[in-house]
Amino acid sequence: MSINRRSVIKAIAASGALVGASVLVPRIAMAAWTQSAFKAEDQETAMQELLGGTAEESAEVTLKAPDIAENGAVVPVTVRSSLANVESMSVFVEHNPTPLVVEFIIPAGTDADVSTRLRMGKTSKVTAVVKAEGKLYSASKEVKVTIGGCGG
Amino acid sequence: MAKGILRVKAKVSGGKTKVKLMAKHIMESGQRKDKKTGELIPARFLQELKIMHAGKEVFVANLGTAVSKNPYFAFNFAGGASGDELTMTWIENTGETATETAKVK
Repeated sequence: MSINRRSVIKAIAASGALVGASVLVPRIAMAAWTQSAFKAEDQETAMQELLGGTAEESAEVTLKAPDIAENGAVVPVTVRSSLANVESMSVFVEHNPTPLVVEFIIPAGTDADVSTRLRMGKTSKVTAVVKAEGKLYSASKEVKVTIGGCGG
Repeated sequence: MAKGILRVKAKVSGGKTKVKLMAKHIMESGQRKDKKTGELIPARFLQELKIMHAGKEVFVANLGTAVSKNPYFAFNFAGGASGDELTMTWIENTGETATETAKVK
């Protein structure tokens, strides 16, 4: 008899392991979401928790955002950098309840040029922080908000 | 798989693939109050989004609650060809997750 108890058990164990692996892999491969940084209520703490330092202003970081945002619920921003080997780009809104808005991980081959839309509770400074070769560079811009996008 | 929430436009031009992506999602911040009951509406937002092309990560975003409703992202990556597939995985703060795919035009 070719199908004996042992081979059946082996087959079950192997398929079980496969299913388990395929479920688990995407979770592990995901970059970690830094809870402490996203929950932080002031910008300095958020920056420290996320990037482990403070950034210096740099002309090689460009933050494109409107001067006046009519609707704080949708504020288009673009972050660009001419620096080499950019690892990540993050956006902070100083006067939001939690200043850290979003962190982009930029793998090699992807341009350091990302656009998104964010929410702003009220008029605030928006800061983009670019991490390149372990160092932090930033650019800021004051955006006026006429109608807030948080709460309500 | 549930119906996808991601709308993607990916186009090849000049050796790069330009991706524009929008997720249909409420991005509930957890700070809004229900107007009838006065109670806070629990947060429900996309927390992570990862785009893979040909087995390689091309874009990862870790989102906070201040990303607008129906989050929009635009980015470019080197390489890619018409007909290639992008694999996109998202995770919500509730733990819900899904993987969707889109074709490069």
